Amino acid sequence: MATIDPQHAADPATLAQAWREMPDARGHFGPYGGRFVAETLMAPLEELAAAYESARNDPAFIAALDADMADYVGRPTPIYHAERLSKKAGGAQIWFKREDLNHTGAHKINNTIGQALLADRMGKTRIIAETGAGQHGVATATVAARLGLECVIFMGSEDMRRQATNVYRMRLLGAEVRPVESGSRTLKDAMNEALRDWVANVDDTFYIIGTVAGPHPYPAMVRDFQAVIGRESRRQMLERCDRLPDAIVACVGGGSNAIGLFHPFLDDESVEIYGVEAGGDGVATGRHAAPLSAGRSGVLHGNRTYLMQDDNGQISATHSVSAGLDYPGVGPEHSWLKDIGRAHYVAVDDQDALAAFHECTRIEGIMPALESAHAVAYAQKLAATMAPDRIVLVNMSGRGDKDMASVAEAAGESL
Amino acid sequence: MSRLDTRFSALREAGRTALIPYLTAGDPRPEATVGFMHALVAAGADVIEVGVPFTDPMADGPVIQAACERALVHGTSLSQVLDMVAEFRRDDGDTPVVLMGYLNPIDRLGLAGFAERAAAVGVDGVLIVDMTAEETPEIMPTLNAHGLDAVCLIAPTTSESRMARICENAGGFVYYVSFKGVTGSSSLDVSSLGGQIERIRGYSRLPVAVGFGVRTAANAADVARVADAVVVGSTLVRCIADGGDDLAATREALGTTLAGMRSAIDAQDSNNREERRA
Repeated sequence: MATIDPQHAADPATLAQAWREMPDARGHFGPYGGRFVAETLMAPLEELAAAYESARNDPAFIAALDADMADYVGRPTPIYHAERLSKKAGGAQIWFKREDLNHTGAHKINNTIGQALLADRMGKTRIIAETGAGQHGVATATVAARLGLECVIFMGSEDMRRQATNVYRMRLLGAEVRPVESGSRTLKDAMNEALRDWVANVDDTFYIIGTVAGPHPYPAMVRDFQAVIGRESRRQMLERCDRLPDAIVACVGGGSNAIGLFHPFLDDESVEIYGVEAGGDGVATGRHAAPLSAGRSGVLHGNRTYLMQDDNGQISATHSVSAGLDYPGVGPEHSWLKDIGRAHYVAVDDQDALAAFHECTRIEGIMPALESAHAVAYAQKLAATMAPDRIVLVNMSGRGDKDMASVAEAAGESL
Repeated sequence: MSRLDTRFSALREAGRTALIPYLTAGDPRPEATVGFMHALVAAGADVIEVGVPFTDPMADGPVIQAACERALVHGTSLSQVLDMVAEFRRDDGDTPVVLMGYLNPIDRLGLAGFAERAAAVGVDGVLIVDMTAEETPEIMPTLNAHGLDAVCLIAPTTSESRMARICENAGGFVYYVSFKGVTGSSSLDVSSLGGQIERIRGYSRLPVAVGFGVRTAANAADVARVADAVVVGSTLVRCIADGGDDLAATREALGTTLAGMRSAIDAQDSNNREERRA
């Protein structure tokens, strides 16, 4: 078992070895991850883990995935030098990894393509998923439509209000969108409902989790499907700039776009890694969605990880202008990367994210998703502290078209 | 001998099936719970299962989720639930109490500290829904060290190898989840129940309780044909939801509902005894 004691993790060679081997056979990233579920889900999770293990070692599966990534998703996505934004920041050169140019407008489809192929391979005929901002729901409905699979998306009613356009897109794609009225009516509650549906329908149903959280094997499987982001970025930076970036930056809700970018760079000691959480009204106010910045270890949705919780172990309500980051937990691999110090986790509040949204839109002609705007905001701050010959690569994880209503509302305008 | 073992061996001797009602602590208000527990005992409960409210009860259906939300509005914490058990114990030293809940509130309190306090206030068994034998090997020994029984779930999907592992450390009784689904979501399929219970008896000498899906007195009697104990949850929690603020009326409704199940089970038990004699 590849356990890592953070106290003894200072040796880079040991660490490099360790993160390639993570998680262990039972899904642990150091003390995080694992499989904390009711007994009813143990058998389907074991079946899924075995099916994924066999698929990822099958050249035919990998070839089918690569072909879909190229022809259907539109990969590789480019990297882009945001020159005017860099000049404005007044320091390092800011580059974007353009995941916003993927089919359906975000990185989410990298994962749904992979899991849908796996579902098909396992003979499942019904797909379910949870969604927050709706991007994962749209990406899931899209692949379900293409493979002719029945599709049900669980979405908090509060998020359905915030992301009405995406709800309509999912319905156009043939998915049923089921409103979730329990709890805070956001992403975490949608995940509870999806897990409940899965328990009741395991025989024909495949649950496509949209982020690197949940019980093993989801955190590892989703990371593997998203790691194409980092693999391409690394190669493209070497081709275009003849060097690796000095820093890479991505927003972290559950953390799938971030781990996808980070993972292939973990061995590159010269590359500083920054995950940007949703600071909401400001971390000091308690109204935020930044468990790595201000949470504690706990167990939710099948894994041990940093959580926003109160002193009684109840999960706290979260707040963010961005529905996709509005989640009280985070993928367990991020918790581990934080503890061993390989990645830094910071928070950007609503106001700064909105400012970055407007600035990026106006001076680069690229409208970031509000989630990605958090990463852009931090990259601007970071770049300002670095020399002009340095490079900061930001994951532009999605496009902002879905956020028109939220942006207008924040500006006191109505559409 | 633990209170659960004492109770179950007395029932076995008498040829009776245990009736185990569930309620969520703190629902609809913290001060209601102890009174509800006494009312359930008066109506024929053999063991009481007390749910610890959690914000994200992912194995429970909408009825118990709503109960958790009502309890949490009043800030019902695990620590307060332990106080409720202490208060219940002042008037009832015999009825076993099993706490059922999710890992995170226990994790926050600290497992050892929780086990020590739970044992001290008179809790007998603990069922942690999202705890698996593989994941937290220290939990069962810690509970056992404090004289608490670790009540475990077995599902229709549980493999033979996992069943052996689960039964190895389990105590009190084995809780068989009667169908694939969450609490309260569909009614029971009794046809396959007998075979499944026999499968469990191959691994454990503990009594087998059946829950998830027992809604009516007739359901309860059906289960009593094959199982050692019948767990009733969502049906009672619905009584609490319907009762609103009128706690006296709710106590009465809980009593009436449970008593109906009790007599159906008793009638079935007497049939069972006759069949055995014949």
